[in-house]
Amino acid sequence: MIIQFICRAILLGVPLLYGSTGEILTEKSGHLNLGIPGTMYVGAISGVVGSFLYENACGNDIANMNPFLAVIIPLVCALVGASLMGLIYCFLTVTLHANQNVTGLALTTLGIGLGNFLGASLINITKSELPSIALTKTSSFFSAKLPFAEKLGWFGELFLSHDFLTYLAIVIAVVATIVLKRTRVGLNLRAVGENPATADAAGINVTKYKYFATCIGSAIAGLGGLQYVMSYASGVWSNNAFGDRGWMAIALVIFALWNPSIAIIGAFAFGALCNANNYIQGLGTETQELFKMLPYVVTIIVLIITSMRKKREYQPPESLGLPYFREER
Amino acid sequence: MTKQSAIELKNITKVFGKVVANKNVNLTAYRGEILSILGENGSGKTTLMNMISGIYFPDEGQIFIDGQEAVIASPKDAFKYKIGMIHQHFKLVDAFSAAENIVLGLNEGKYDLKASTEKIKEISSQYGFEINPEKKIYTMSVSEKQTVEIIKVLYRGADILILDEPTAVLTPQETERLFSILRRMRDDGKCIIIITHKLHEVLSLSDKVAVLRKGEYVGTVITAETNESELTEMMVGKKVSLNIDRSEPVDPVPRLVIKDLDCIDRNGIKILDDISFTANSGEILGIAGIAGSGQRELLEAIAGLQQVQCGEIVYNDPKTGKEENLRNKTPMQIRDLGVRLSFVPEDRLGMGLVGNMDITDNMMLRSYRKGRSVFLERKGPKDLAQHIIEDLEVVTPGASTPVRRLSGGNVQKVLVGREIAAAPTVLMAAYPVRGLDINSSYLIYNLLNEQKKKGVAVIFVGEDLDVLIELCDRIMVIGSGRITGTVDGRTTTKEEIGLLMTKTEQQGEVQDE
Repeated sequence: MIIQFICRAILLGVPLLYGSTGEILTEKSGHLNLGIPGTMYVGAISGVVGSFLYENACGNDIANMNPFLAVIIPLVCALVGASLMGLIYCFLTVTLHANQNVTGLALTTLGIGLGNFLGASLINITKSELPSIALTKTSSFFSAKLPFAEKLGWFGELFLSHDFLTYLAIVIAVVATIVLKRTRVGLNLRAVGENPATADAAGINVTKYKYFATCIGSAIAGLGGLQYVMSYASGVWSNNAFGDRGWMAIALVIFALWNPSIAIIGAFAFGALCNANNYIQGLGTETQELFKMLPYVVTIIVLIITSMRKKREYQPPESLGLPYFREER
Repeated sequence: MTKQSAIELKNITKVFGKVVANKNVNLTAYRGEILSILGENGSGKTTLMNMISGIYFPDEGQIFIDGQEAVIASPKDAFKYKIGMIHQHFKLVDAFSAAENIVLGLNEGKYDLKASTEKIKEISSQYGFEINPEKKIYTMSVSEKQTVEIIKVLYRGADILILDEPTAVLTPQETERLFSILRRMRDDGKCIIIITHKLHEVLSLSDKVAVLRKGEYVGTVITAETNESELTEMMVGKKVSLNIDRSEPVDPVPRLVIKDLDCIDRNGIKILDDISFTANSGEILGIAGIAGSGQRELLEAIAGLQQVQCGEIVYNDPKTGKEENLRNKTPMQIRDLGVRLSFVPEDRLGMGLVGNMDITDNMMLRSYRKGRSVFLERKGPKDLAQHIIEDLEVVTPGASTPVRRLSGGNVQKVLVGREIAAAPTVLMAAYPVRGLDINSSYLIYNLLNEQKKKGVAVIFVGEDLDVLIELCDRIMVIGSGRITGTVDGRTTTKEEIGLLMTKTEQQGEVQDE
């Protein structure tokens, strides 16, 4: 039961981990992208559209489907869809100096609207009775497990029974940490987010860094949406089922103190907190809703503690949310 | 043997709009030599150095590095010629360590902080810096930050170093340490150019002094062959007559008495030290001094915007004859005491007016508390705005134009107009003519004179010594937060004030007339 609880927490946590790793990269370049929920949503629906088309092309017969293509097509679609969202955000905030908060919120609204539109359209095409699309065949490729995991008992279930996107999320988070902390690119990126004028004076191309960090960050966040549909929801898309996971990912950034490695633990902790209500007996519906607040309560507590400690390493990048005009020195 | 010059400027001219920042400047600096560039505020020192370090590009003239003509179009070019500039305002990332800041933006192959740290330690021991490369910038003192900036430049291999007023933020001990480091660099064959306006530093540190005055190059002298008064004369030039009407003060009585005022700034450095003076009614008291000597803090302390460590600010109410101590009271409390204090701050759109609001709304900033209605009374301020526009000839499409859109001179007229309309008994103005053309400037001088005739105690902080001498009845000179002397505006000379401005140690007691 405990093992099951932990596995469930991990499954719930992975989309958050993708979302917050992406958002951390973006924020390190000094841009607060509140469009992440929309970006993740677009990532999810792009993947759904991709796999829907591929499944149809194969005549809805799993025997005809190439496992490699079944995975790579939705993956690429999700990456492209989410990066485009990042690109729109970048163009507005970096090039046109639009307000970051407003742009981000607008993109979230846009992304969710777009996702629901495409989702509803697909449902219409299938003429399904249920308000959802089932891509269970593609999903079975995504949630393929290591063959020997089951033989290893609890150890196998805890560490080896997850889908590949879970491991990829952890790998990306660890790589992102290393890049940020131990490479010249990471140093330059952090300088851009902390003090773009200084970075500019040091000969760093501020605009380029902002664009790349935001687009790559958005692409990573998009994978979170894809993982949600393909693994968590077993390939079943229904409008608005994604819920507030995008906002939770942004809260997780603060919880993780802008460190992707801490975000790994944080994501699973958030997953556990979200899930706890199902494992505690005798909860009424209203108490269950209270339990769902826990991740945010924890985030607020983290915010209070870090602002009291006054350590700059644990604070957001100094020019987070501020537009950079070179002329305004 | 003739020495090869490290850097040579020939006929450099730079114009910003209509303002000539540098005109036909010729300058030569050699390796193994410290050259000081001396000049008053606005004499074009920093502009000149910015052209060498690639921030500005000269309009005319040539720059030669090691005898070869050089085109320096960007800071990167400057770095290519091994020129490094240490700016007055540090360009450092606060959340980074010293080492991270030093290697930032460099491309030297593998990213290896440990190797860089070793190299930093090597440079430090070579010149005698004391620095911990792992220390974060935000935990550092100003002097440590400066050290990081200097090492940053040396790490990049610079051998022509330009320092823009490096001692402005340092304590005397830190200054001495910096100087010994600079001397070591000179002995190591580097060419060092230091911008300053502190005469005693020039004399103790440099080998040669180049003097600029109002953008023009006056000349270069060998430090050993000159003295303070010769340099002062080169720096301030001859007196210019301006013909500002100056009436005799009408029965002056002490209006504002400051006693032993001490103030500490954010970094814990003493910014005002034992300031005592009296501002009389019907008199203009000028305050002269190098920028940043504590003028701003002094006025803000009186206006209730700056915490005071000790001392008293006593206001004599002309109506009741009562004495009020204004020390550490908020502007609102001061107003509630019935003290009519007007303040024209140097930061017009930052502290004086709200740029995005129109003239009427800005008038209301002083009167919004009047009346009992829930709604604001707009008629009065609107009339006042109209009145100021007409009387002071403010060029604006109307009273409902945001002040941000007005030119500097017109913004200043609006601000001064509002402050005078409050019928003050004390009027403080910090650099009220900065950036204004001749006509606007005279209009402001006349306004100040009118207030003086009405019996207002006027305190005028200025930078143009000619104006101070023509306008003020008494001139108090501040140097490094201390009063270095008070002179009579009618009998003093520019040289006298110039010497007092650059004198840091206090000599004798402050004399009141």
